[in-house]
Amino acid sequence: MVPQDLRYTKEHEWVRLEGEIATIGITDYAAEQLGDIVFVELPEIGRTVSQFATIGVIESVKAVSDLFAPVGGEVVESNAELSGAPELLNSDPFGKGWMLRIEVADAGQLDGLLDAAAYEALTAEA
Amino acid sequence: MAYGPHTNEDRARMLAAIGVESVDELFADIPPSLRASKLELPSPESEAELTVRLRDLASRNRVDLASFLGAGAYRHFTPAVVDQLLLRGEFYTAYTPYQPEISQGTLQTIYEYQSLMAELTGLDVVSASHYDGAAATAEAALMSCRATRRERVLVGRGVHPHYRETLRTYFGGASLVADEIPLVSEGPTAGTTDLAALERMLAGADRPVAGVVVANPSFLGLLEPMAEMGRLAHAAGALFVAVVEPVSLAVLATPGEYGADIAAGEGQSLGLPLSYGGPYLGILACREALVRGIPGRLVGMTTDIDGRRAFVMTLRAREQDIRREKASSNICTNQALCALAAAMYLGAMGPHGLRDVAALGAARAGELESALAAAGAPRMHPGPYLNEFAVRVPAAPAVHARLIERGILAGLPLARVLPDDPSLADALLVCATEVTTPDEIAAFAGALGDELVGGTGHEGADREGVGRETAR
Repeated sequence: MVPQDLRYTKEHEWVRLEGEIATIGITDYAAEQLGDIVFVELPEIGRTVSQFATIGVIESVKAVSDLFAPVGGEVVESNAELSGAPELLNSDPFGKGWMLRIEVADAGQLDGLLDAAAYEALTAEA
Repeated sequence: MAYGPHTNEDRARMLAAIGVESVDELFADIPPSLRASKLELPSPESEAELTVRLRDLASRNRVDLASFLGAGAYRHFTPAVVDQLLLRGEFYTAYTPYQPEISQGTLQTIYEYQSLMAELTGLDVVSASHYDGAAATAEAALMSCRATRRERVLVGRGVHPHYRETLRTYFGGASLVADEIPLVSEGPTAGTTDLAALERMLAGADRPVAGVVVANPSFLGLLEPMAEMGRLAHAAGALFVAVVEPVSLAVLATPGEYGADIAAGEGQSLGLPLSYGGPYLGILACREALVRGIPGRLVGMTTDIDGRRAFVMTLRAREQDIRREKASSNICTNQALCALAAAMYLGAMGPHGLRDVAALGAARAGELESALAAAGAPRMHPGPYLNEFAVRVPAAPAVHARLIERGILAGLPLARVLPDDPSLADALLVCATEVTTPDEIAAFAGALGDELVGGTGHEGADREGVGRETAR
């Protein structure tokens, strides 16, 4: 069961909106598919990103995956702990493994994303 | 594992297994008109006949000359142990043996090579090697663009002209820009990179610079103000790339010491024969922070599931088969045998031995400078050098050709590789190493003195006084 209060993308990112700030990460499903994560490349603070643009890279022992922005806006914070402990994405993807925070330009963009039930249906099919 | 060629029985069994009558059937899709029928080759020769033919070809090489040629490839003495060990079948014929299950020995040698280069350059990470110094330099420049996400690199004109050309070739395909930093034309720093020009080129926020690439010693043999150039580069947000000569690193400040982010160089000096230009060895090293951007293979040390030390190719996600178009590396091989020779050479020489090689070369170069100056060919530039420098010789290309007839390879006429610089039209780039002998130096100076005295027109008359002195 994924957290019910979050929104999800088809590319397995999750979003939590608090006011105008969206916290973003990847789901446990994604982390499990990738395997042991060894490196995370996140966008620099201040960069403006558009929805679904590639904003970073997640590298595991066996593959490299692009990270897509679930919503557009300005990057205001990234999780500094991930550079020393990328394994947080595997151990706590919805909590300590949060990746970055974006000041959202258009909160309406979240309406187009999947809710928990829809995301679970997506991963059940896979 | 059996490595014998296929027998007819082998072929028959394979054809039967796939249900095909003959090998020709497998090429049925290629129209008969396009199939190769025969190759226009001379008829085969016996090993004895071929040996004679190759020996005749080889005899056209001049190996009898007293050589003062450097310019990127240097004469050094390689202890016999290097060539002997290199011939071992496990090393000599193994091809890209990267599977850790069966290649621990080879992976360890690559790891040792990487470790030795890290020590020599003073940097943290070294790739498993590249094609040659020119390729390594071009890759270093590309690295600086990737790391800074900028598209313009400044390259000193003191970097080897062939390396600059290779860099332009690499940049052309990627739509990147390489601007050349001029050299100082006169004064005490003549011949070295123009710092004021560098500073001007770094300013200008509309065309930010990704990297500054400078060689030390330079192609003209001069020592460059590396620490100062590194500071200028970093102040502008650019990376600093040092192109270096590995033997010199035993006595000169290292890239790590003067703040370089990346070092590239030619490893031929480390136990590899001149071989008319190759195979050579591209050395590439960088700071730890840039490890994910360095191209080439990387061998790492780890432990296996039983806790034993093991070596393995690592950080593979940089490479093209995983990263595809975003790869920092499209290099799927290295100069393994050459890198191994370099590691063996360094192991045989040790740090003291390598220092002796560099120091002896420098000492001989000092003697060479005096002898040539007395013969009428003074140094062109006033600044410090290690073991290579340019001397002024009127009609240098012609004198060079006549000296070959006298058994002397008088370095390189700079007009040949730097034709656009009129100040170098009458210049020879000469070099001495630990194998240069006092007799060779005396022969060179004597022959040069004769040429300058009895030379063309008025140069001969002007030099007569000097000529008489050296003939004493």
